Amino acid sequence: MTISAAPAVRPAPDPKPSAPRPRRAKGGGTGGSRWVAVAFAAPLLAYLLAFYAYPLIRSIDLSIHDYNVRAFVQGNAEFVGLKNYIDVISSPLFGQAAWNTVVFVFGSLIFQYVLGLALAVFFRGNFRLSGILRALFLVPWLLPLIVSGSAWAWMLNSDNGIVNSFLHAFGIGQINWLTSPDTSMLAVIIANIWLGIPFNLVILYSGLQNISGDLYEAAALDGAGPWRQFWSITFPLLRPVSAITLLLGLVYTLKVVDIIWIMTSGGPANSTTTLAIWSYREAFGTGQPDLSPAAAVGNILIVIALIFGFIYLRMQRRQEQS
Amino acid sequence: MPDTFKEEHMLSTTLRKPLAIAVTVVALGALAGCSSSGDAGSTDAAGGTYTWWDPYPQHEEGSDWAKRVQACGTDAGVTIERTAYDTTSLTNQALLAAQEGTSPDVILLDNPAVSTLADTGMLTTTEELGLDTSKVDSNLLAAGELDGKDYGVPVGANTLALYYNADILSAAGVDPASITSWAALTDALSKVTAAGKKGITFAGINTEEGSFQFLPWFWGAGADLSKLDSPEAVSALTLWTDWVNKGYAPQSVIGNSQNTSWEEFITGDFAFAENGTWQVNSAAEQPFKTGVIELPAVDSGVAPAPTGGEFITAPVQKDTARYDVTKEIVDCMTTPEGFVETANTFAYYIPPTSDGQDQLLEQHPDLDTWVSAVKAAKGRTSDNLGTNYPLISEQLWTAVQSSLSGASSPKDALAAAQKAAASATEGK
Repeated sequence: MTISAAPAVRPAPDPKPSAPRPRRAKGGGTGGSRWVAVAFAAPLLAYLLAFYAYPLIRSIDLSIHDYNVRAFVQGNAEFVGLKNYIDVISSPLFGQAAWNTVVFVFGSLIFQYVLGLALAVFFRGNFRLSGILRALFLVPWLLPLIVSGSAWAWMLNSDNGIVNSFLHAFGIGQINWLTSPDTSMLAVIIANIWLGIPFNLVILYSGLQNISGDLYEAAALDGAGPWRQFWSITFPLLRPVSAITLLLGLVYTLKVVDIIWIMTSGGPANSTTTLAIWSYREAFGTGQPDLSPAAAVGNILIVIALIFGFIYLRMQRRQEQS
Repeated sequence: MPDTFKEEHMLSTTLRKPLAIAVTVVALGALAGCSSSGDAGSTDAAGGTYTWWDPYPQHEEGSDWAKRVQACGTDAGVTIERTAYDTTSLTNQALLAAQEGTSPDVILLDNPAVSTLADTGMLTTTEELGLDTSKVDSNLLAAGELDGKDYGVPVGANTLALYYNADILSAAGVDPASITSWAALTDALSKVTAAGKKGITFAGINTEEGSFQFLPWFWGAGADLSKLDSPEAVSALTLWTDWVNKGYAPQSVIGNSQNTSWEEFITGDFAFAENGTWQVNSAAEQPFKTGVIELPAVDSGVAPAPTGGEFITAPVQKDTARYDVTKEIVDCMTTPEGFVETANTFAYYIPPTSDGQDQLLEQHPDLDTWVSAVKAAKGRTSDNLGTNYPLISEQLWTAVQSSLSGASSPKDALAAAQKAAASATEGK
């Protein structure tokens, strides 16, 4: 309910600069204008309730009841409290899925960020054709995931994939990218890094535009080389943008289902089963929808994302204070 | 200008409150309207319109299949409103509709889903509807059975068999008729690979398709789904794993769906492919000569393959008066002529009654391998597994994946699967 307060207040200060003065003077502060404010906020409130609050409540509701298929149809699911959560956490798959999630998320994030930043700095140079090249780097973002996922799966095919035939030319034997539990995680991370670079590139590039060129000029006059300039100017001044890029990337990557599902469906032998994949598989991946454990896993993911959100807010506050 | 401004201003003050209320009402009304319109639509359907869902989105409006469905409605004096979903989303849609009380009159369901949905109480039994199922082959009907009651009639059946590339086999000196045991098949695979070709492709993906493809070997070894870690089961999984390890089957089988596996076969490089009735037409179109044999059991004879295909089911309706027309529609689809027509429309369905099968064989004598494979086939949910089957199957395909990918040995993989399946089905 904290949400309702904010939109209700917001419309009041808004009209101030634009609205004609006499109107403001007459109606200001009476109960009537508060009603108007509420009325204008009503569609938004209704929207928030219907599309944000309700699904969240429903998801919690699913996770604390035992919704098997029968109970789902008949609507008489038994209340089981935290049993679904306990079952999920004590399942042998939980540790593996949690570890896979950590590896997948941080493996993807680090490389996406480093490569995205390197490219952003590279394109800051504004050389000829840099615009076109930068646009080309956005291609992974524009392609439908089903297309890029299938393309990666083909390229990494053990027997006929282009990656293996390329490696073969250098005398490296067949690597079973997607069908060996040792390399499947690496394979999906590579694909996901490729997918995430454009996002990092775009945000970091726009962050770089906000750093004044004078600083570089002054640094150059003081004799700072490119490397020194990067560590003393670019990187520190880019810190706020980096933080939000990494946070958004983290939230996106935590909930990635599609690319893994297309490439390995979480296999082989659960080696690419992340928490998100696990949740999806429980709900939709088998002939028997297990909505309650799926909702429990999904809610755990939401909590993880929230924790990192709070860490981000804290960091931001500290930065503002200093 | 100032005058109009004044007027506007006055208007705004007097109308402010009522307007605000109006806006709120409209906003809420719009929301309420959204949520109730779904219900309204389906109760309207009573006026001579019957709803029909099936998993054949490939057959669009105006296709032979759509016309045939409509004809059955016309015979019963009603209009049929047909909606097609893909197989997985059909099950989910059916569950949602049942929850909302807006089930369609007829659903064509993939057979392993029938017992799961029947368990929710959302399907009528064939007895309630007064359908005659006495002519239907009992091995096929069994898939729709739960606690001694039938919840639907198969509209047709398909199953798996072993396609072969005749050109490759003759070049390698292998006679397909000699392949009546696992040893003979493995021997053929070694000859073919020695001749520089690829052996066999199948689908080992970690979905229901993976279990579907593994079951003929599992059952062919004499294993039982209620005991996944039996020595027979281990021998079946060892067979598959050895094929992959020796290079008789490509690594890609671990992630192959039945479609991708078929695409591998039609490259012309593979000697064998385990695939289903639905590829008969595609096999005939290939530039190389193809043939088909039944899947061999471990020592001799034919392995039971799992039955595939849809059941025609009638979900429970609030208005039970609708059942009479529903029965007429179902009857129209399940006469011997109806079965043959369905088989011809789809080109991959074997009728589930012997009358229907005889009629089909008269028209297409080349389908005899498939007819006998369907007769030998076995429902996945039969053996009274019912709603436990999906739970067991998930563990089975996980074990197949673990073993083929080398994550664990066939024995360990199946032992883990049995343990997980037992705890999943416990108390059900």
